[in-house]
Amino acid sequence: MTNLLWLQAGSCGGCTMSVLDHGARGWVRELQNFGINLLWHPSLSEESGEEAIAILDDVAAGRTPLDFLCIEGSILRGPNGTGLYNRLAGTGRTMLSWVRELAPLADHCIAVGTCAAYGGVHAAQPDPAEASGLQYEGSILGGVLGPDFRARSGLPVINVAGCAPHPGWIMETLAALQMGDFDESDLDRLGRPKFFAKTLAHHGCERNEYYEFKASAEKLSDLGCLMEHLGCKATQAVGDCNQRSWNGGGSCTHGGFSCVACTSPAFEQTEDFLKTPKVGGIPVGLPLDMPKAWFVALAALSKSATPDRVRQNATSDRVVRDPRRGGHDE
Amino acid sequence: MTRVIAGPFNRVEGDLEVALDIQDGVIARAEVTTTLYRGFEQLLSGRPGLDALVIAPRICGICSVSQSIAAAAALRNLAGGLAAPNGYVAANIAHAAENIADHLTHFYLFFMPDFARAEYARRSWFEQAATRFKAVSGSGSAAFLPRRRRLLEVMGIIAGKWPHSLAFQPGGTTRAIDVGERVQLAAILGELQVFLEETVFGVSLDEILAMETPAELSSYAERARGDFPFFLTIAADLGLESMGRGPGPLLSFGAYHDANGSFFERGVASAGGALAPLDVAAISEDATCAWFAPTSADPALAETLPEAEKENAYSWAKAPRLSGRPAEVGAAARLAVSGHPLVAALIAEGGATSVRTRIVARLLEAAILVHASQGWCRQLRLKEEFCAHFALPDDAAAAGLVEAARGALGHWVGLSEGRISHYQIIAPTTWNFSPRDAAGVPGPLESALSGLDTGGLGAKSAALQHVIRSFDPCMVCTAH
Repeated sequence: MTNLLWLQAGSCGGCTMSVLDHGARGWVRELQNFGINLLWHPSLSEESGEEAIAILDDVAAGRTPLDFLCIEGSILRGPNGTGLYNRLAGTGRTMLSWVRELAPLADHCIAVGTCAAYGGVHAAQPDPAEASGLQYEGSILGGVLGPDFRARSGLPVINVAGCAPHPGWIMETLAALQMGDFDESDLDRLGRPKFFAKTLAHHGCERNEYYEFKASAEKLSDLGCLMEHLGCKATQAVGDCNQRSWNGGGSCTHGGFSCVACTSPAFEQTEDFLKTPKVGGIPVGLPLDMPKAWFVALAALSKSATPDRVRQNATSDRVVRDPRRGGHDE
Repeated sequence: MTRVIAGPFNRVEGDLEVALDIQDGVIARAEVTTTLYRGFEQLLSGRPGLDALVIAPRICGICSVSQSIAAAAALRNLAGGLAAPNGYVAANIAHAAENIADHLTHFYLFFMPDFARAEYARRSWFEQAATRFKAVSGSGSAAFLPRRRRLLEVMGIIAGKWPHSLAFQPGGTTRAIDVGERVQLAAILGELQVFLEETVFGVSLDEILAMETPAELSSYAERARGDFPFFLTIAADLGLESMGRGPGPLLSFGAYHDANGSFFERGVASAGGALAPLDVAAISEDATCAWFAPTSADPALAETLPEAEKENAYSWAKAPRLSGRPAEVGAAARLAVSGHPLVAALIAEGGATSVRTRIVARLLEAAILVHASQGWCRQLRLKEEFCAHFALPDDAAAAGLVEAARGALGHWVGLSEGRISHYQIIAPTTWNFSPRDAAGVPGPLESALSGLDTGGLGAKSAALQHVIRSFDPCMVCTAH
């Protein structure tokens, strides 16, 4: 049996809440399906206090083999590098020191969520807690484990980014590792598993027609594309959010609000999340999936060809003209 | 007298440590420590006002909708605006879904597993408790988690995703629900009702909603078969009605708001049942025993600046006070303040809240909310807007006072030149797990633990676990 130890550092608990949504009979049984034993998880396990500390001590001393170490939450180094803002209760020790001790003992070290991957929301300026990811600080390789860190398997920290990550991203990463189906080429340049990071959040967005015609929403709750005015970064952020869907059929853009690029390092440093910064009327952040010049040219062309139907629907909160005969009045 | 540092307490949200002075097996003094500080109030300051809707919910992935609607309410109050009527209703349905999920997650995953501990192996109900509620392996979590997953599909429809959604805005919600989606919401709630009736309560929701007296509760516990009546059987055997007594008073900010008020009322209840209006100006926070620099006690003025080396401090939580006294918050407080006859009677009977009252109130509330959500679903006017639009003022101050599953949640916000000049949050578990104040008055959990008999097991005693988890603490909210 493969042992998985899950620890929460500077976290909101949301990654755990997300993954608990996985599995037809619950996440723990889903793990068991793949031969993964949950050694200890702070939200789920029976052992408290001394019994829990004994589990950690056994791992630290090498008496219990550690296959997967999952860390949820930023590693807090504050104040002044001491890590005292985040002690692991009952142990008298900082999470910073626990993570540095345990990570090298694990076959695989998995950063669950953007906090553990890159620092996340707690690293927003002025970064009061000195928050860092395990092997990245924002997009800079390093973090608290250092740029050269490798888990015993030889892989760097695997960054299941997202705030919160989709439950499938977490579970499928664990299961793929367990099945031996995963090597460094399966990670993108920021350590994210490519199976969900190979597409942009924008791909599959139900607002695609509005995007193609540059028919833009002007205010939240409008149906149009959220990129031009409302700060949407789905064309710049990785994720299959609009292809696999969340909570039975949702996604941020489906919900009527902009992607804030929560799978990206330093997403938290943005100001005015719901406004698009522009220069000369053109958004500063352009799509990653086509050359900038093309985008600008195509946008001008498609804007001039936008059907009235699409233009009207774009600034309404429901479809006011349906697609019959291209939306022209009969 | 022996001193024990107990922790980590798992099956609570976040990091919790409790220092216990134990004399002859009885807890003489408890000091509650939250061991995590992230600094949300600092990282909210200086940002454009609306950015609070992205940052503030991320305090907590368990009650992110509650944090969202507190931030949205504060911003709405800054502008003096009103949300679209549909926006209030849709937010209430999503919020109720989060809270029901929280209550049932607490029951199945966090609280009940303690009855499957070896300490209880000789009890007549042990075999059943172990089969049903053993942590990780019990059949209860296997039955519940798929129902939770289905319930959270409410979020996919109304909020896009959960946790951490931007659907909750000052003007309402960002997705207009159509006729098909209303049907989907109704179907989810209908399925949840079946789960509650068949598995949790063992009787119809109508029967649960009609219960008014402790005698009716006892008779129900004797005849019904379900996880809730099973809990009541255990509670009676272990005397949970007198364990973990809260000091009172009970506070609620009122929950499930619309333009005219709230579904659960705002106010204060004494343990004896006397109700009084809430004086918001009487809320203060004392930082004496917290690792924070001295600051104003008024949440509309206070700062939260860490001071890790502070002498005599023992927690990253400040001590909230109402008219200078601690107050207990949560489902029991909410229902007592709203005049729920059964909850009020249970509290009056014991002269205080207890482990049993807190659990009973949570499950009663789940039943009430399923019923209410079904009504809210029908209330949506599908041809009208879900989100009103208004600008925030550049300079203003206001508070957003709502209820999270675990109790009263307040965001106090100030804007200056369009940017956040001030943000203070008092979360439910900050009230319940408050450290001592300048006068040495302990917080509600500290009081509830004082005098608890650990049977010589000290920190390993199941009773200690019951009392702590009966509050359903969320430590990540507490110090934020």
